[in-house]
Amino acid sequence: MFKTIVRRVLIMLPQIFFVSILIFMLAQLMPGDPFYGNLNPNSDVATIERMRHAAGLDLPWYEQYVRWVVNVFHGDFGTSYTVNKGVAVSEIIGQRIWPTVSMGIIATILTYFFAMSQALISARNENKRIDKFLVVWNTLTSAVPSFVFYFVMMVLFVYVIPIFPSSGTGIDETQGFFTNFFGNLYHAFLPALTIALFSTNSVFQYLRSNLLDQQAQDYVRTARAKGVQIKDVFRKHILRNAFLPIASGIGYSITGVLGGAMFAETVFGYPGLGALFVQALSGRDYTIITALMLLQGILSLFGGLLSDIISAWVDPRIRVK
Amino acid sequence: MAEKLLEANDVSVDFRINNEYLKAISGINLTINRGKVLALVGESGSGKSTFATSIMGLHNPEYTKVSGSIKVAGKELVGLSEKEFDDYRGVSVGMIFQDPLSSLNPLMKIGDQIAEAITVHDKNNPEVKNRVRTLLNDVGIDEEKRVADQYPHQLSGGMRQRVMIAIALANEPDLIIADEPTTALDAIIQAQILELIKDIQKKKDAGVLLITHNLDVVSELADDVAVMYAGQIVEKGSVEQIFENPKHPYTRSLLKADPNNVRPGEELYSIPGTVPSLAEMDFNKDSFLQRVPWLDEKVVNADVPEQMEEVEPGHFVRGTAWKDFSFDDVNRNED
Ligand SMILES: Nc1ncnc2c1ncn2[C@@H]1O[C@H](COP(=O)(O)OP(=O)(O)OP(=O)(O)O)[C@@H](O)[C@H]1O
Ligand SMILES: [Mg+2]
Repeated sequence: MFKTIVRRVLIMLPQIFFVSILIFMLAQLMPGDPFYGNLNPNSDVATIERMRHAAGLDLPWYEQYVRWVVNVFHGDFGTSYTVNKGVAVSEIIGQRIWPTVSMGIIATILTYFFAMSQALISARNENKRIDKFLVVWNTLTSAVPSFVFYFVMMVLFVYVIPIFPSSGTGIDETQGFFTNFFGNLYHAFLPALTIALFSTNSVFQYLRSNLLDQQAQDYVRTARAKGVQIKDVFRKHILRNAFLPIASGIGYSITGVLGGAMFAETVFGYPGLGALFVQALSGRDYTIITALMLLQGILSLFGGLLSDIISAWVDPRIRVK
Repeated sequence: MAEKLLEANDVSVDFRINNEYLKAISGINLTINRGKVLALVGESGSGKSTFATSIMGLHNPEYTKVSGSIKVAGKELVGLSEKEFDDYRGVSVGMIFQDPLSSLNPLMKIGDQIAEAITVHDKNNPEVKNRVRTLLNDVGIDEEKRVADQYPHQLSGGMRQRVMIAIALANEPDLIIADEPTTALDAIIQAQILELIKDIQKKKDAGVLLITHNLDVVSELADDVAVMYAGQIVEKGSVEQIFENPKHPYTRSLLKADPNNVRPGEELYSIPGTVPSLAEMDFNKDSFLQRVPWLDEKVVNADVPEQMEEVEPGHFVRGTAWKDFSFDDVNRNED
């Protein structure tokens, strides 16, 4: 297993290279540059040119790319142009990454928990009222744009029933680990719960139909013939088999958290990477945008690896290969 | 009097299809005594598994109606609650299925799958581990420790079927149902598994309901035979009676169509037509006669008395068409 992982990581290196070029070019293609939005109308062309020159923005793209890569290898993503002017991008990301990771983990766990419970209830009551309700509910939540739910939840649990904070991550550098841990949990919970409640659809649909398929399998009949109660057959046999093809998706949902967090973090005033990305986009903060996209690209590659590891872990047929 | 392990009386099973109940089997009367093997034969779709499933109580009550009386070791099954069935399954009766690969959970170790059969009825049995090993030994697996730790895909087909047998035997049931236990296996393994079933049956003095297409297997293993067609028993008796003195046209067609019976140079007989679907079945007639083109229409359409005729002690035949039936007439219509 360890060997396989090492091999997979090595294969990833050229992929990462490719992704980095792609991202760099995408960033180049974006209209305008950070100075346009940031200058006072009176500054003359020469000043702008001087600033662009200082930032290396007037060099050909491949030279800019090489510069950028060399710097990235030194952990230097440049400094922010607009979001946090002059502050190192690596520092900004370093501050914001943990809130996003913690919220992402909670959101992923909750999403799977909700989706699995709903799918189990649905499959065990196929075509009954509760099943139909859950199917409709999930279709609905996937059809309505997620930020609508985020606003509703925000208004409900921050203002109408004020049990959750309106903004912040609950992390305070001056405090100890436990204070930060629980402080962050308190701040991350509502956005994570909200994401989870309304993004069960894909896992739910897939798992529900898998559960129904698995119910008709021969091993289920064997378990019943042993005298295992139907609810235990679901718990011990069917669920795991039905979950198998979905397990591989967990890797991607963990690493895909950045994209999912964009709206939620912005709406809930939770300053993580998602919110940072939105800010960077609107401020055309290239250095941050490219750094985040690179991070996301690499994460996606690792998501594939993580998915394979999870699959091998739950399926003995893959394990022995 | 011999102890009756299975007594089926007037058993019928109806499936609800498109909001309408269709009868799949009707008026089944069968008995298995302790220490006896009853073979149930008949073409695909004749209702053998439907009957076996009703003995296990595994029909989905939401769309299946089982009526009549099924007693296993004296206990009436028809009308039991789900909970009562859960306590009964795997204890008084064990079942072996056709495809041992799909019948085992691919994600669970062999040892755990056998252990579950024990613990589900005896939660805190401290002897489970030992019992699992003994069971594996009993079904002819020597490396019991290694096998218990493996997954189904790591075993051969024959080994898997041995494991299935171990599961069926876990609680030493009096009655064992084997639904085509060797169909999925190659010839050599088939013989070994049949040998094993025979050994175990002898050792435990169990009753066995053996469902099979293979008449060779029947003559080798069974004491009694019941021939099923379109949801009804058309003939039953001892192995000798059925093989030496078959009466019903269907029994005789099956025997004639058996590849093991064909003499060199002779063409193998194949029964024309197919088993009717549930919607086409008529339980008051002898529906097999539809597939004997040379029989008189009067004979084909005659109503069949409910009671089977006892043509010799213990040998029963359905209807009277057998008296008019002969393969010598095969070409009569064509002349
Ligand atoms: N759950 C079910 N719902 C509807 N119809 C069914 C169901 N199970 C069986 N049938 C029908 O009942 C008839 C008898 O099927 P059954 O499986 O008992 O035959 P069989 O003799 O076991 O055949 P085979 O040799 O292929 O196993 C068939 O026409 C089949 O389509
Ligand atoms: Mg069958």
